[in-house]
Amino acid sequence: METFPFTLVSPEKILLEKEVSMVVIPGLKGDIGVLPNHAPLLTLLRPGVVRVYDGAEVFMQIFVNGGFSEITPEKCVSLVTEGTLLEFLNKSTLEIEIKNLLEDIEISKTREEREQVGENLDIARAKLMEILTHEKMQ
Amino acid sequence: MATLKALRDRRKTVQSTQKITLAMKMVAGAKLRRAQENVEAGRPYAYVMGQILRDLAAGAQALETPQPLLTGRGQDFVHLLLVATSDRGLCGPFNSSIVRQARKLIEELQSQGKTVQICTIGRKGRDMLSREYGELIVESFTEVGSPRLRYSDAERIGDSILKMFEDGLFDVCNLIYNHFKSALVQEVTTQQIIPVPIENGQQIQDKSLKAIYDYEPAEEKILGQLLPQNVTVQIYNALLENAASEQGSRMTAMDNASRNADDMIRKLTLTYNRSRQAQITRELNEIISGAEALQ
Repeated sequence: METFPFTLVSPEKILLEKEVSMVVIPGLKGDIGVLPNHAPLLTLLRPGVVRVYDGAEVFMQIFVNGGFSEITPEKCVSLVTEGTLLEFLNKSTLEIEIKNLLEDIEISKTREEREQVGENLDIARAKLMEILTHEKMQ
Repeated sequence: MATLKALRDRRKTVQSTQKITLAMKMVAGAKLRRAQENVEAGRPYAYVMGQILRDLAAGAQALETPQPLLTGRGQDFVHLLLVATSDRGLCGPFNSSIVRQARKLIEELQSQGKTVQICTIGRKGRDMLSREYGELIVESFTEVGSPRLRYSDAERIGDSILKMFEDGLFDVCNLIYNHFKSALVQEVTTQQIIPVPIENGQQIQDKSLKAIYDYEPAEEKILGQLLPQNVTVQIYNALLENAASEQGSRMTAMDNASRNADDMIRKLTLTYNRSRQAQITRELNEIISGAEALQ
Protein backbone atom coordinates (compact mmCIF):
# COMPACT_ATOMS: atom_id res chain seq x y z
CA MET A 1 0.00 0.00 0.00
CA GLU A 2 1.23 3.45 -0.88
CA THR A 3 2.15 5.65 2.05
CA PHE A 4 3.35 9.20 2.68
CA PRO A 5 5.00 10.92 5.64
CA PHE A 6 2.62 12.70 7.99
CA THR A 7 3.89 15.09 10.64
CA LEU A 8 1.81 16.56 13.43
CA VAL A 9 3.57 19.20 15.49
CA SER A 10 2.60 21.57 18.26
CA PRO A 11 4.84 24.44 19.37
CA GLU A 12 5.89 22.41 22.38
CA LYS A 13 6.67 19.08 20.70
CA ILE A 14 6.31 16.74 17.75
CA LEU A 15 3.11 14.82 18.39
CA LEU A 16 3.44 12.31 15.57
CA GLU A 17 5.83 11.61 12.75
CA LYS A 18 4.94 8.56 10.72
CA GLU A 19 4.48 6.96 7.31
CA VAL A 20 0.73 6.63 6.88
CA SER A 21 -1.68 5.44 4.22
CA MET A 22 -4.31 8.08 4.94
CA VAL A 23 -5.12 10.88 7.35
CA VAL A 24 -8.39 12.70 7.82
CA ILE A 25 -7.86 16.26 9.03
CA PRO A 26 -10.54 18.65 10.27
CA GLY A 27 -10.47 21.41 7.63
CA LEU A 28 -12.25 24.65 8.30
CA LYS A 29 -15.14 23.77 5.99
CA GLY A 30 -15.20 20.04 6.56
CA ASP A 31 -12.99 17.03 7.00
CA ILE A 32 -10.32 16.42 4.39
CA GLY A 33 -9.11 12.93 3.62
CA VAL A 34 -5.51 13.02 2.54
CA LEU A 35 -4.07 10.20 0.44
CA PRO A 36 -0.68 10.08 -1.27
CA ASN A 37 -0.41 12.47 -4.25
CA HIS A 38 -2.91 14.94 -2.89
CA ALA A 39 -3.07 18.27 -4.71
CA PRO A 40 -1.09 21.01 -2.91
CA LEU A 41 -3.31 22.69 -0.35
CA LEU A 42 -2.88 25.07 2.53
CA THR A 43 -5.80 24.97 4.91
CA LEU A 44 -6.79 26.17 8.33
CA LEU A 45 -7.99 23.58 10.80
CA ARG A 46 -11.01 23.85 13.03
CA PRO A 47 -11.05 22.20 16.46
CA GLY A 48 -11.64 18.54 15.72
CA VAL A 49 -10.09 15.12 15.40
CA VAL A 50 -7.18 14.10 13.21
CA ARG A 51 -7.62 10.44 12.26
CA VAL A 52 -4.50 8.62 11.23
CA TYR A 53 -4.92 5.44 9.18
CA ASP A 54 -2.39 2.67 8.97
CA GLY A 55 -3.67 0.48 6.16
CA ALA A 56 -7.42 0.31 6.59
CA GLU A 57 -7.27 0.60 10.38
CA VAL A 58 -7.51 3.78 12.41
CA PHE A 59 -4.12 3.94 14.05
CA MET A 60 -4.54 7.03 16.18
CA GLN A 61 -7.12 9.72 16.88
CA ILE A 62 -5.89 13.04 18.12
CA PHE A 63 -8.03 15.99 19.06
CA VAL A 64 -6.49 19.27 17.91
CA ASN A 65 -7.41 22.78 19.02
CA GLY A 66 -7.01 24.25 15.58
CA GLY A 67 -4.04 25.27 13.48
CA PHE A 68 -3.22 24.68 9.85
CA SER A 69 -2.01 22.04 7.42
CA GLU A 70 0.29 22.09 4.46
CA ILE A 71 -0.43 19.33 1.99
CA THR A 72 1.77 18.55 -0.99
CA PRO A 73 1.78 15.45 -3.21
CA GLU A 74 4.70 14.04 -1.20
CA LYS A 75 3.78 14.88 2.36
CA CYS A 76 1.34 16.33 4.85
CA VAL A 77 2.37 18.59 7.72
CA SER A 78 -0.07 19.79 10.34
CA LEU A 79 0.82 22.55 12.76
CA VAL A 80 -1.58 22.68 15.67
CA THR A 81 -1.70 24.80 18.78
CA GLU A 82 -2.46 21.83 21.00
CA GLY A 83 -3.18 18.14 20.56
CA THR A 84 -4.64 15.52 22.89
CA LEU A 85 -5.28 11.84 22.31
CA LEU A 86 -9.01 11.26 22.02
CA GLU A 87 -8.87 8.54 24.68
CA PHE A 88 -7.64 11.09 27.19
CA LEU A 89 -10.68 13.33 26.91
CA ASN A 90 -13.23 12.97 29.66
CA LYS A 91 -16.94 13.57 29.16
CA SER A 92 -17.92 14.70 32.64
CA THR A 93 -15.03 17.19 33.03
CA LEU A 94 -15.90 18.64 29.63
CA GLU A 95 -19.53 19.08 30.58
CA ILE A 96 -18.47 20.99 33.67
CA GLU A 97 -16.02 23.06 31.60
CA ILE A 98 -18.74 24.02 29.14
CA LYS A 99 -21.04 25.02 31.98
CA ASN A 100 -18.32 27.20 33.49
CA LEU A 101 -17.52 28.80 30.16
CA LEU A 102 -21.19 29.62 29.59
CA GLU A 103 -21.22 31.39 32.94
CA ASP A 104 -18.02 33.20 31.98
CA ILE A 105 -19.67 34.55 28.85
CA GLU A 106 -22.45 35.98 30.97
CA ILE A 107 -20.07 37.90 33.19
CA SER A 108 -17.48 38.90 30.58
CA LYS A 109 -17.47 42.62 29.92
CA THR A 110 -15.31 43.49 26.93
CA ARG A 111 -15.79 42.17 23.42
CA GLU A 112 -12.32 40.61 23.36
CA GLU A 113 -13.01 38.77 26.56
CA ARG A 114 -16.20 37.36 25.11
CA GLU A 115 -14.42 36.30 21.94
CA GLN A 116 -11.71 34.55 23.95
CA VAL A 117 -14.22 32.65 26.05
CA GLY A 118 -16.24 31.88 22.94
CA GLU A 119 -13.21 30.30 21.32
CA ASN A 120 -12.60 28.11 24.33
CA LEU A 121 -16.27 27.19 24.34
CA ASP A 122 -16.08 26.12 20.69
CA ILE A 123 -13.11 23.93 21.46
CA ALA A 124 -14.79 22.34 24.48
CA ARG A 125 -18.00 21.72 22.53
CA ALA A 126 -16.09 20.20 19.64
CA LYS A 127 -14.31 17.91 22.09
CA LEU A 128 -17.60 16.76 23.57
CA MET A 129 -19.10 16.21 20.12
CA GLU A 130 -16.19 14.03 19.11
CA ILE A 131 -16.48 11.93 22.26
CA LEU A 132 -20.16 11.38 21.67
CA THR A 133 -19.71 10.35 18.03
CA HIS A 134 -16.83 8.14 19.07
CA GLU A 135 -19.05 6.41 21.63
CA LYS A 136 -21.82 5.96 19.12
CA MET A 137 -19.48 4.31 16.66
CA GLN A 138 -18.38 1.69 19.13
CA MET B 1 54.18 38.19 53.36
CA ALA B 2 50.74 37.13 54.42
CA THR B 3 50.44 35.49 57.78
CA LEU B 4 49.58 31.80 58.01
CA LYS B 5 46.10 32.54 59.28
CA ALA B 6 45.38 34.88 56.37
CA LEU B 7 46.50 32.23 53.91
CA ARG B 8 44.37 29.59 55.59
CA ASP B 9 41.35 31.86 55.48
CA ARG B 10 41.82 32.67 51.85
CA ARG B 11 42.08 29.03 50.93
CA LYS B 12 38.87 28.37 52.80
CA THR B 13 37.10 31.17 50.94
CA VAL B 14 38.17 29.80 47.59
CA GLN B 15 37.09 26.34 48.64
CA SER B 16 33.59 27.44 49.53
CA THR B 17 33.34 29.45 46.32
CA GLN B 18 34.30 26.33 44.44
CA LYS B 19 31.59 24.39 46.19
CA ILE B 20 29.05 26.93 44.98
CA THR B 21 30.31 26.96 41.41
CA LEU B 22 30.34 23.16 41.30
CA ALA B 23 26.77 23.03 42.55
CA MET B 24 25.69 25.66 40.04
CA LYS B 25 27.36 23.73 37.27
CA MET B 26 25.46 20.61 38.22
CA VAL B 27 22.14 22.43 38.45
CA ALA B 28 22.76 24.10 35.09
CA GLY B 29 23.62 20.71 33.60
CA ALA B 30 20.34 19.22 34.74
CA LYS B 31 18.37 22.23 33.53
CA LEU B 32 20.26 22.20 30.26
CA ARG B 33 19.15 18.68 29.48
CA ARG B 34 15.50 19.67 29.88
CA ALA B 35 15.91 22.91 27.97
CA GLN B 36 17.70 21.11 25.17
CA GLU B 37 14.88 18.60 24.83
CA ASN B 38 12.41 21.47 24.70
CA VAL B 39 14.31 23.39 22.08
CA GLU B 40 14.71 20.34 19.89
CA ALA B 41 11.01 19.56 20.22
CA GLY B 42 10.04 23.13 19.41
CA ARG B 43 12.26 23.64 16.38
CA PRO B 44 10.21 21.75 13.77
CA TYR B 45 7.13 23.87 14.35
CA ALA B 46 8.96 27.17 14.00
CA TYR B 47 10.93 25.86 11.07
CA VAL B 48 7.95 24.60 9.09
CA MET B 49 6.02 27.75 9.88
CA GLY B 50 8.89 29.91 8.70
CA GLN B 51 9.24 27.81 5.57
CA ILE B 52 5.59 28.11 4.61
CA LEU B 53 5.57 31.83 5.24
CA ARG B 54 8.68 32.43 3.18
CA ASP B 55 7.01 30.58 0.33
CA LEU B 56 3.95 32.74 0.77
CA ALA B 57 5.98 35.93 1.01
CA ALA B 58 7.68 35.09 -2.27
CA GLY B 59 4.30 34.94 -3.97
CA ALA B 60 2.77 37.78 -1.98
CA GLN B 61 2.93 40.35 -4.76
CA ALA B 62 -0.12 38.71 -6.25
CA LEU B 63 -2.28 39.31 -3.17
CA GLU B 64 -5.29 41.56 -3.52
CA THR B 65 -5.27 42.99 0.00
CA PRO B 66 -1.77 43.90 1.15
CA GLN B 67 -0.56 42.17 4.32
CA PRO B 68 1.75 44.57 6.17
CA LEU B 69 3.03 41.77 8.43
CA LEU B 70 4.19 39.86 5.37
CA THR B 71 5.41 42.51 2.99
CA GLY B 72 5.93 45.47 5.30
CA ARG B 73 4.55 48.95 4.96
CA GLY B 74 6.87 49.91 2.15
CA GLN B 75 8.98 51.97 4.54
CA ASP B 76 11.53 51.29 7.22
CA PHE B 77 11.93 54.40 9.34
CA VAL B 78 11.28 52.97 12.76
CA HIS B 79 13.02 49.77 13.83
CA LEU B 80 12.01 47.82 16.88
CA LEU B 81 14.67 45.59 18.40
CA LEU B 82 13.41 42.76 20.51
CA VAL B 83 16.38 41.87 22.71
CA ALA B 84 15.96 38.56 24.48
CA THR B 85 18.27 37.93 27.43
CA SER B 86 18.05 36.10 30.75
CA ASP B 87 16.87 37.25 34.15
CA ARG B 88 19.87 35.91 36.01
CA GLY B 89 23.56 36.47 35.59
CA LEU B 90 26.57 34.23 36.23
CA CYS B 91 26.24 32.64 32.85
CA GLY B 92 29.44 33.66 31.13
CA PRO B 93 29.28 35.79 28.03
CA PHE B 94 25.64 34.85 27.36
CA ASN B 95 24.01 38.20 28.08
CA SER B 96 26.89 40.48 27.18
CA SER B 97 27.23 38.96 23.71
CA ILE B 98 23.56 39.58 22.98
CA VAL B 99 23.76 43.12 24.28
CA ARG B 100 26.94 43.75 22.27
CA GLN B 101 25.15 42.67 19.11
CA ALA B 102 22.18 44.87 20.01
CA ARG B 103 24.46 47.89 20.54
CA LYS B 104 26.15 47.30 17.21
CA LEU B 105 22.81 47.14 15.46
CA ILE B 106 21.49 50.23 17.21
CA GLU B 107 24.53 52.27 16.20
CA GLU B 108 24.34 50.98 12.65
CA LEU B 109 20.66 51.87 12.31
CA GLN B 110 21.09 55.24 13.95
CA SER B 111 23.95 56.15 11.66
CA GLN B 112 21.61 55.39 8.78
CA GLY B 113 19.22 57.93 10.23
CA LYS B 114 16.62 55.41 11.40
CA THR B 115 14.68 55.66 14.60
CA VAL B 116 15.36 52.77 16.95
CA GLN B 117 13.12 51.46 19.68
CA ILE B 118 13.97 48.67 22.04
CA CYS B 119 11.86 46.05 23.72
CA THR B 120 13.76 43.87 26.17
CA ILE B 121 12.93 40.42 27.43
CA GLY B 122 14.79 39.48 30.61
CA ARG B 123 16.15 41.62 33.40
CA LYS B 124 19.80 41.53 32.33
CA GLY B 125 19.20 42.99 28.91
CA ARG B 126 17.08 45.76 30.32
CA ASP B 127 19.68 46.66 32.96
CA MET B 128 22.59 46.63 30.54
CA LEU B 129 20.85 48.63 27.82
CA SER B 130 19.07 51.13 30.04
CA ARG B 131 22.38 52.80 30.97
CA GLU B 132 23.07 53.87 27.42
CA TYR B 133 19.77 53.66 25.62
CA GLY B 134 17.28 54.05 28.46
CA GLU B 135 15.09 56.47 26.57
CA LEU B 136 14.77 54.06 23.62
CA ILE B 137 13.28 51.24 25.66
CA VAL B 138 9.56 51.21 25.02
CA GLU B 139 8.70 48.00 26.78
CA SER B 140 10.39 45.36 28.89
CA PHE B 141 9.36 41.92 30.06
CA THR B 142 10.96 40.19 33.03
CA GLU B 143 10.47 36.84 34.70
CA VAL B 144 9.43 35.33 31.40
CA GLY B 145 9.29 31.58 31.45
CA SER B 146 10.06 30.97 35.08
CA PRO B 147 9.78 28.35 36.34
CA ARG B 148 8.91 26.82 32.97
CA LEU B 149 8.61 28.44 29.57
CA ARG B 150 5.17 28.08 28.07
CA TYR B 151 3.74 29.01 24.72
CA SER B 152 1.43 31.45 26.48
CA ASP B 153 4.49 33.45 27.64
CA ALA B 154 5.42 34.04 24.01
CA GLU B 155 1.79 34.83 23.22
CA ARG B 156 1.80 37.61 25.80
CA ILE B 157 4.89 39.22 24.25
CA GLY B 158 3.71 38.57 20.70
CA ASP B 159 0.34 40.17 21.36
CA SER B 160 1.84 43.38 22.65
CA ILE B 161 4.32 43.56 19.74
CA LEU B 162 1.48 43.04 17.27
CA LYS B 163 -0.57 45.69 18.99
CA MET B 164 2.31 48.15 18.65
CA PHE B 165 2.64 47.25 14.98
CA GLU B 166 -1.06 47.75 14.36
CA ASP B 167 -0.84 51.14 16.05
CA GLY B 168 1.90 52.02 13.60
CA LEU B 169 4.61 52.48 16.23
CA PHE B 170 7.28 50.71 14.17
CA ASP B 171 7.92 49.40 10.66
CA VAL B 172 10.50 46.64 11.07
CA CYS B 173 11.03 44.28 13.97
CA ASN B 174 14.24 42.36 14.60
CA LEU B 175 14.69 39.72 17.25
CA ILE B 176 18.10 39.18 18.87
CA TYR B 177 18.77 35.99 20.79
CA ASN B 178 21.33 33.23 21.27
CA HIS B 179 20.93 30.28 18.98
CA PHE B 180 21.74 27.06 20.82
CA LYS B 181 24.25 24.88 19.00
CA SER B 182 25.73 22.90 21.86
CA ALA B 183 26.54 23.39 25.53
CA LEU B 184 29.80 25.03 24.44
CA VAL B 185 28.71 26.94 21.38
CA GLN B 186 25.95 29.51 21.20
CA GLU B 187 25.53 31.88 18.34
CA VAL B 188 24.07 35.36 18.61
CA THR B 189 21.37 35.54 15.99
CA THR B 190 19.47 38.49 14.59
CA GLN B 191 16.23 37.47 13.00
CA GLN B 192 13.81 39.75 11.25
CA ILE B 193 10.27 38.80 12.19
CA ILE B 194 8.25 41.74 10.83
CA PRO B 195 7.95 41.83 7.86
CA VAL B 196 8.74 38.25 6.90
CA PRO B 197 12.15 38.38 5.19
CA ILE B 198 12.40 37.25 1.59
CA GLU B 199 15.80 35.83 0.78
CA ASN B 200 17.32 36.87 -2.49
CA GLY B 201 17.22 34.23 -5.14
CA GLN B 202 14.60 32.26 -3.32
CA GLN B 203 11.90 34.14 -5.08
CA ILE B 204 12.91 32.97 -8.52
CA GLN B 205 13.54 29.46 -7.38
CA ASP B 206 10.14 29.27 -5.77
CA LYS B 207 8.21 30.23 -8.83
CA SER B 208 9.74 27.51 -10.96
CA LEU B 209 9.93 24.71 -8.40
CA LYS B 210 7.20 25.24 -5.91
CA ALA B 211 3.76 23.85 -6.51
CA ILE B 212 1.04 26.46 -6.44
CA TYR B 213 -1.18 25.95 -3.46
CA ASP B 214 -4.89 25.88 -3.17
CA TYR B 215 -6.09 27.81 -0.19
CA GLU B 216 -8.97 27.02 2.10
CA PRO B 217 -10.38 29.47 3.06
CA ALA B 218 -9.10 32.28 0.83
CA GLU B 219 -5.45 33.25 0.92
CA GLU B 220 -6.11 36.52 2.74
CA LYS B 221 -8.01 34.86 5.53
CA ILE B 222 -5.40 32.19 6.10
CA LEU B 223 -2.66 34.79 6.12
CA GLY B 224 -4.63 36.95 8.51
CA GLN B 225 -4.43 34.15 11.01
CA LEU B 226 -1.03 32.72 10.15
CA LEU B 227 0.99 35.91 10.19
CA PRO B 228 0.29 37.00 13.76
CA GLN B 229 0.77 33.42 14.88
CA ASN B 230 4.12 33.30 13.15
CA VAL B 231 5.37 36.27 15.16
CA THR B 232 4.47 34.49 18.37
CA VAL B 233 5.98 31.22 17.22
CA GLN B 234 9.27 32.85 16.26
CA ILE B 235 9.41 34.58 19.65
CA TYR B 236 8.62 31.32 21.40
CA ASN B 237 11.35 29.58 19.47
CA ALA B 238 13.85 32.32 20.34
CA LEU B 239 12.95 32.02 24.01
CA LEU B 240 13.48 28.26 23.90
CA GLU B 241 16.84 28.70 22.19
CA ASN B 242 17.77 31.31 24.76
CA ALA B 243 16.78 29.12 27.70
CA ALA B 244 18.98 26.28 26.48
CA SER B 245 21.83 28.64 25.61
CA GLU B 246 21.68 30.28 29.02
CA GLN B 247 22.06 26.97 30.83
CA GLY B 248 24.75 25.79 28.45
CA SER B 249 26.67 29.00 28.87
CA ARG B 250 26.29 28.88 32.63
CA MET B 251 27.49 25.30 32.75
CA THR B 252 30.62 26.16 30.79
CA ALA B 253 31.26 29.27 32.84
CA MET B 254 30.83 27.43 36.12
CA ASP B 255 33.04 24.60 34.93
CA ASN B 256 35.76 27.14 34.16
CA ALA B 257 35.24 28.83 37.51
CA SER B 258 35.58 25.50 39.34
CA ARG B 259 38.78 24.74 37.45
CA ASN B 260 40.21 28.15 38.25
CA ALA B 261 39.30 27.69 41.89
CA ASP B 262 41.15 24.36 41.82
CA ASP B 263 44.27 26.06 40.48
CA MET B 264 44.02 28.77 43.06
CA ILE B 265 43.59 26.31 45.92
CA ARG B 266 46.65 24.41 44.78
CA LYS B 267 48.75 27.57 44.64
CA LEU B 268 47.52 28.79 48.00
CA THR B 269 48.21 25.40 49.60
CA LEU B 270 51.74 25.48 48.24
CA THR B 271 52.37 28.98 49.55
CA TYR B 272 50.80 28.04 52.87
CA ASN B 273 53.00 24.96 53.28
CA ARG B 274 56.11 26.84 52.26
CA SER B 275 55.57 29.66 54.69
CA ARG B 276 54.66 27.21 57.45
CA GLN B 277 57.90 25.33 56.84
CA ALA B 278 59.78 28.64 56.71
CA GLN B 279 58.34 29.62 60.05
CA ILE B 280 59.29 26.30 61.64
CA THR B 281 62.81 26.58 60.29
CA ARG B 282 63.09 30.12 61.57
CA GLU B 283 61.88 29.16 65.03
CA LEU B 284 64.29 26.20 65.17
CA ASN B 285 67.06 28.52 64.09
CA GLU B 286 66.23 30.95 66.82
CA ILE B 287 66.19 28.21 69.47
CA ILE B 288 69.45 26.68 68.29
CA SER B 289 71.25 29.99 68.02
CA GLY B 290 69.86 31.01 71.41
CA ALA B 291 71.15 27.77 72.92
CA GLU B 292 74.50 28.21 71.27
CA ALA B 293 74.82 31.75 72.59
CA LEU B 294 74.45 30.40 76.15
CA GLN B 295 77.36 27.99 75.82
